[in-house]
Amino acid sequence: MTDILNALVLMLNFVVIPATSYGAQLALGALGVTLVYGILRFGNFAHGDTMAFGTMFTIFFTWLFQSVGISFGFLPTALLALPFGILVTSLYVLGMDRVVYRHYRAKRSAPVILTIASVGVMFVTNSMVRFMIGTDDQRFADGERFILKARAFKEWSGLREGLKFKTTEGLTILVAAIAVIALFWFLQRTRTGKAMRAYSDNEDLALLSGINPERVVMVTWILTAALATLAGVLFGLDKSFKPFTYFQLLLPIFAAAILGGIGNPTGAIVGGFVVAFSEKFLGYVLPDTWKPEGLMQLLTVDYKFAVSFIILVAVLLIRPTGIFKGKVIKG
Amino acid sequence: MRPIILFFLMGLALLAVGFAQSWAVMLVILNLCLISAVMSVGLNMQWGYAGLFNAGVMAFTAIGGIVAVLISEAPVPAGWAAGGLPILFSGFLVAAFIGAIYALRRFVSKGWIKNWGTVGLVVLAYFVIRPFFDGGVTSVEAINAASAGHLGGLGLNILVGWFVAAFVAAGVGWVIGRIALGLRADYLAIATLGIAEIVVAVSKNEEWLTRGVKNISGLKRAPVPRETNLQQAEWFQNFVSNFTGLTPADEAFKQTVIEWSSVFVKLCFTALFATVLAIVLFLAIRALNSPWGRMMRAIRDNEEAASAMGKNVVMRHREVFILGAAIMGVAGAMLTTLDGQFTPTSYQPLRFTFLIWVMVIVGGSGNNLGAVLGGFLIWFVWIEAEVAAQWFSTGIEGSLSGVLDVFIVNIGSFEIQVKDFTVWLKNATPHFRYLLMGLVLLLVLRFSPKGLIPEASAARTR
Amino acid sequence: MSFLIGDNIYGGYGVIVGPNGAGKSTAMKALLGMLNVREGAVRLNGKDITGMSPQDRVSEGMAFVPQTNNVFAGMTVQENLEMGAYLRRDDFTGTMEQVFQLFPILGEKRRQLAGELSGGQRQQVAVGRALMTQPSVLMLDEPTAGVSPIVMDELFDRILEVRDTGIAILMVEQNARQALEIADKGYVLVQGENKYTDTGEALLADPEVRKSFLGG
Repeated sequence: MTDILNALVLMLNFVVIPATSYGAQLALGALGVTLVYGILRFGNFAHGDTMAFGTMFTIFFTWLFQSVGISFGFLPTALLALPFGILVTSLYVLGMDRVVYRHYRAKRSAPVILTIASVGVMFVTNSMVRFMIGTDDQRFADGERFILKARAFKEWSGLREGLKFKTTEGLTILVAAIAVIALFWFLQRTRTGKAMRAYSDNEDLALLSGINPERVVMVTWILTAALATLAGVLFGLDKSFKPFTYFQLLLPIFAAAILGGIGNPTGAIVGGFVVAFSEKFLGYVLPDTWKPEGLMQLLTVDYKFAVSFIILVAVLLIRPTGIFKGKVIKG
Repeated sequence: MRPIILFFLMGLALLAVGFAQSWAVMLVILNLCLISAVMSVGLNMQWGYAGLFNAGVMAFTAIGGIVAVLISEAPVPAGWAAGGLPILFSGFLVAAFIGAIYALRRFVSKGWIKNWGTVGLVVLAYFVIRPFFDGGVTSVEAINAASAGHLGGLGLNILVGWFVAAFVAAGVGWVIGRIALGLRADYLAIATLGIAEIVVAVSKNEEWLTRGVKNISGLKRAPVPRETNLQQAEWFQNFVSNFTGLTPADEAFKQTVIEWSSVFVKLCFTALFATVLAIVLFLAIRALNSPWGRMMRAIRDNEEAASAMGKNVVMRHREVFILGAAIMGVAGAMLTTLDGQFTPTSYQPLRFTFLIWVMVIVGGSGNNLGAVLGGFLIWFVWIEAEVAAQWFSTGIEGSLSGVLDVFIVNIGSFEIQVKDFTVWLKNATPHFRYLLMGLVLLLVLRFSPKGLIPEASAARTR
Repeated sequence: MSFLIGDNIYGGYGVIVGPNGAGKSTAMKALLGMLNVREGAVRLNGKDITGMSPQDRVSEGMAFVPQTNNVFAGMTVQENLEMGAYLRRDDFTGTMEQVFQLFPILGEKRRQLAGELSGGQRQQVAVGRALMTQPSVLMLDEPTAGVSPIVMDELFDRILEVRDTGIAILMVEQNARQALEIADKGYVLVQGENKYTDTGEALLADPEVRKSFLGG
């Protein structure tokens, strides 16, 4: 019996809890990407750097608060800084739309052109982050580190394995859940949200119904900025902020969005968790057979990304529209 | 007319670097420009001829590099002895399984049997092959892990490596093409991006093959001589003597010989790369003007009509993809030879994929000369951006210090120091290039979307 | 191309018919504002709306049901109707009830996705959506295209019911015979010209018209 419990705790510690937390982060990221794809109809390569940007400003505000003595008790101060980070990022993203994307929308350019433009935006945003905060690792989580410490658990349960639950993990799951519920409520129950869904569904008919496209675009970008900042901050709290990592995150995020059916918010969430669980599960199972050699052990993290891609490739081969039959725009 | 002017200006820019900085630096830039130009031509084939958004350029370049290593490096006999056989055997098993899967998919018509059978075979393959493979790998990697720990290469001439690199990259292009082509452009972009990541991840982790992240160095580079060999060769020393009037007795002689050997080697590379570029360009232009090329562009411009007319769009796309991949592979091999080492960690998407994209877009999608110009220009800007930014910041430092001192007094409690600003500026200079790239791409895409040398330009060497 | 569509369709049901290529769709697009009018004007209830965008014309009281892609397939029937009423700021539940009375099946399936409904039912959603703005004129572009005869009959019945609520209907139709049978006014377009204008019955009886094209 205790063996089973021990094994269960191991699973929870190394697979279930990290995967749920990571899955929530991926889900938030994938939601941002899928919204832009579904409503603005292009794949946004700048999303990873948008996440970095949003996280960066949240860090700035966090530092500001910390220097003035504001803190959030046992929760990270970053949570207080979050709304401000979202605000700044929204303005930035709206600015980018005004300066870059709007022109191509008016010209009715092919989606590929918008994607190429997003590569340009990616470079610029990347440089902004590099200029403002540099490329070093930043740790900005404060507050209590653990909700449940391994040792405390071992004492309480008497088991050999200690279950631990980091604050950031719990926070990620909670905040992501709230964000998702809020987003779905917005999309399903409010007039603007429905208008956005209508616009995504049938653009011409939406215009004919009197839906204002510029307003839809604006709300989409604001939501995307919020989701990106949230995802980035939660990820950064959990691990650390290193701008380069965010571009790498783009890849599993895209995989998740495609797996779930791009353009479909529910799909993005499901996709995020599937990718996260696959990565963590395979990462858990495989190291036994790979012989880590110190430095190598750290670097097998690269293979974790390979997992998302195998999933992606499998999806593309078997069912390109994804689980929830996303919209696959032409060309 | 315009291409000539543009290339002339490019040449001037390079000369300026030669004078302002040094000839060695200029040649380094030039060589990489040439390599970038080759990559550009490859990507231009995929994007400009066929409208395929390949965001996985990095993969083909990396593969080119790996092949170059595998072909040209000396074999490590101990490694082979230890684990060569099991690894070869597992390779054979992999081929066998792939054959089985292919046969299954070809000859079985029932959908669910085909799909689940494939999955089953893959899983079976994993469990059957693993023991052999792992055993072999650990033995190989255990041998002298610090300096070797891998199988080594075939020890052949580097040029053979380049040639083979093209083939292998083409092969990988075929595989990727089968998976990802036929998808909409955005999907293709994401798929290729992901596959590129896998390729690089494999090269970082499969130590028995590529020594993982510990890099392989000291690659052969015949027919280009080594600097040290040159420096000791009599004919070279005489050559330097004759030109500079110095003799071995002079103090400056040794230093001069070293400098000259460096430049000479670089020039050899330049000649080699330029030859490759010329060949590739020639082939690309021929292809573009052939009936095949015309058909490609017809498909690109109106896929539905072309396919309604019976053109096999998928096949043509695959062909273009493979050709482009082959060219990128050669470029990757050339790069590894130039570096003299293979560094898996250096393969970053930004530098190896998106930068090439900027080259093609800025140079002119669809136009081969445009791609070459784009390759030169963007690489030049990428490198010189940092130099320019540094020059700018040191200039600012001088003139600002007087001005800002006034401000410090007035701003008071905010303690903005001149020093902080200049420190920030100095730290920011390496990042300036990213901003510049983004701006260049956005500006060109907006105001000159056809690029500097557009497809249908009058000087249509196309 | 220039032609004069009769004004004073107050309530009533007008049909634009004509052979293929006569310009029926073009005429409709011009009326809607999707094409620029070079000469002449478009007037609704006496007001000149020639310069207005399609969306603005919708606010003025002109509603349009396109031939294809005329519903939000990923949204429920009810949501489609809500989107139809997007421009309205008042409470439109009354209008929605009216639509459900007119098209009872929509009431039954109000929570189903529009894309899952049959062709005929989808057309009803499309018309219902257009009615939500309480328009003065309802314009329909070949609503019976590709629909089975039974469904077509039902659609025509419904259209008459809509007309009876006081909304003017202007319809472009391929099925000329059936349309003209019940039409108050018919406009036969031949090669971009409004050649014949009369009541539906009269047109059907006219040998010239029948010679022109009736039969298709």
